[in-house]
Amino acid sequence: MNANSHAPRWALLLLALGLAVVVLGTAAGSQGWQAWWSAGADAVSRQIVWDIRLPRSLGAWLGGALLGLAGAVAQGLFRNPLADPYLLGSASGASLGVGVYLSLWGGSAWAMNAWLGLSLTGAAFVGAVLAVVLTLLLARGVQQTLRLLLAGVVVGVVLGAVTSLISLLQPQVLQAMQGFMLGSTAFVSWSACATMVVVLALCLALAWVFARVLDALSLGEATAQSLGVPLPQARMALVGVISLATGAAVAHIGLVAFVGLAAPHLVRSLVRCTHAWRLLLSALMGGALLVLADVVARVLLAPQELPVGVLTAVLGGGYLLWRVYRDADTGVRS
Amino acid sequence: MVERLTSGRRFVWKTSTWISACAGMTTDWFVGVLACFFSIGLLQPAHAVTVLDDRQQKVQIVQAPQRIVSLLPSLTETVCALKQCDKLVGLDRYSNWPESVKSVPRVGGGLDPNIESIVALKPDLVLAAGSTRGADRLQALGLNVLRLEPRNHADAQRVWSTVAQALHVHVADSDRVWHGIQAGVQAAVQSLSPAARQQRVYFEVSPAPYGASESSFMGETLTRMGVANILPASMGPFPQVNPEWVVQARPDVIMAGDSSRASMLQRPGWSRLRAMQGQRLCVFKQGDSDMLVRAGPRMAEGAQLMADCLNRAAAQAETGAQR
Repeated sequence: MNANSHAPRWALLLLALGLAVVVLGTAAGSQGWQAWWSAGADAVSRQIVWDIRLPRSLGAWLGGALLGLAGAVAQGLFRNPLADPYLLGSASGASLGVGVYLSLWGGSAWAMNAWLGLSLTGAAFVGAVLAVVLTLLLARGVQQTLRLLLAGVVVGVVLGAVTSLISLLQPQVLQAMQGFMLGSTAFVSWSACATMVVVLALCLALAWVFARVLDALSLGEATAQSLGVPLPQARMALVGVISLATGAAVAHIGLVAFVGLAAPHLVRSLVRCTHAWRLLLSALMGGALLVLADVVARVLLAPQELPVGVLTAVLGGGYLLWRVYRDADTGVRS
Repeated sequence: MVERLTSGRRFVWKTSTWISACAGMTTDWFVGVLACFFSIGLLQPAHAVTVLDDRQQKVQIVQAPQRIVSLLPSLTETVCALKQCDKLVGLDRYSNWPESVKSVPRVGGGLDPNIESIVALKPDLVLAAGSTRGADRLQALGLNVLRLEPRNHADAQRVWSTVAQALHVHVADSDRVWHGIQAGVQAAVQSLSPAARQQRVYFEVSPAPYGASESSFMGETLTRMGVANILPASMGPFPQVNPEWVVQARPDVIMAGDSSRASMLQRPGWSRLRAMQGQRLCVFKQGDSDMLVRAGPRMAEGAQLMADCLNRAAAQAETGAQR
């Protein structure tokens, strides 16, 4: 219990930071900084702040939180600090979903069919979840972590190849696909935010329930089994959390790199705590990171806008490299 | 109602208004008649126009649009060719013709349109490509979005008349301009010498290499000229071709953009290709390439560029044969 003493304080701090940046995000617009209170009271300014900037800032926070949570769960479940949310093939599955959707219904009236109810977002989500299901099938369940990892890599590579094939046969989908690969929060609406809130709440609750299993797992698989935790059920549920959280995030904000990897690392370096807290903190950290990156991406080149995925890849890559070298140096000294 | 029409200049461009003005003229019938004639004669009564977009969705345009955002270069050019250039208030970053649009504010590209800037411009019509990302989002935010993406000659004509209708341009006017464009294409076709018509062409759109087949926009222009394309329509509009295929097909003329020239010389067997010699290789500058590939109102100029290239190539073949 003592180990957790700092965790609640950090949680509050990160939550406050995230929300503060979300509010800050409503002042970051296409012309650089523009405070909402001085934007005028006409309908268009109100629409820009309430229906564009606020949902996209909140969407960035939610997407980042989903990725941070998925990353923390993946790193705990696979006992591998390099595990990230896209490990089980979600990313390539989502790309394939988008590719198939665009090539089948790209320009036709079908795409608008209400009963189909499967927009680009839906296609990405279904693709991401199906890819994880495929990984589970190939790994014959979740019993062996190594087999699961390998199956994830295989699924990622093969689905990536199928996506390349589709874009080769139908070059007209290439452009729209490329747009999807560059993660961006620019198109997040209130309904997307609502979906992400529901998924985040569900995933957090599930992850919280099985957090003790992750604690036990950190002592090694054999020890965990001897402690009598319900390992198979927990694995299934946690894989479900990873796929659901990643699918929802990827579907709404595209492929955003490194947030899911960096957020749990940052949390680990800041505070020592049990998994229950680590999962929550990683989600809050991921949210704060992504919304911060989003605001920077918006004002850095204004009126041009940098796709946030490009920014997180550069920043996250730099951070990870720095961590690796720092750890290596301290390792030599000690 | 009569007062409103005669006293101020706050004319309301609605059919219902002049009907009621004409109906209510019993009180002061002379003014009423004047106002009635005035409103029918000078103010063209606005009628809501409904057009179909590329997804067969109905888009209603109540009044002639006054603030237009265009997110596709060929649509920008269409708007300008319809003499509505001054209505453009926002453009994608690739729209570069005519010269006068260069001062219009930019709102990102087709992949990354800046939703906020577009909304801030308060457009009453947004012209977007079918593949434009965020078009749904713009529509959800209450903007009138018309999705059109011309990919071939038939599309170009359909898009032309759809945009003309949407902008409330008279059918007679838009048809006249369109016929002018078609006459230009026809003139380009007729400028070809008989020898030039006998050639077989490979048109490269990007150095991957992707070629333009008979079913692409440029391919259709070539077909209209009666020139053979080494890439049949069955391969899809822009097939990725094996460089070896081109060597085997032995085209007489190669047309390509500036970006392709360097990589072409490095492809095995290409340097000995007949089409790579002298005038048979036509390399188009960026501005000319834009004109060739955009299925818009500059198709006649594009066709003339191709015709000139084919004529030069044929002339060289002739002098070569005489020697």
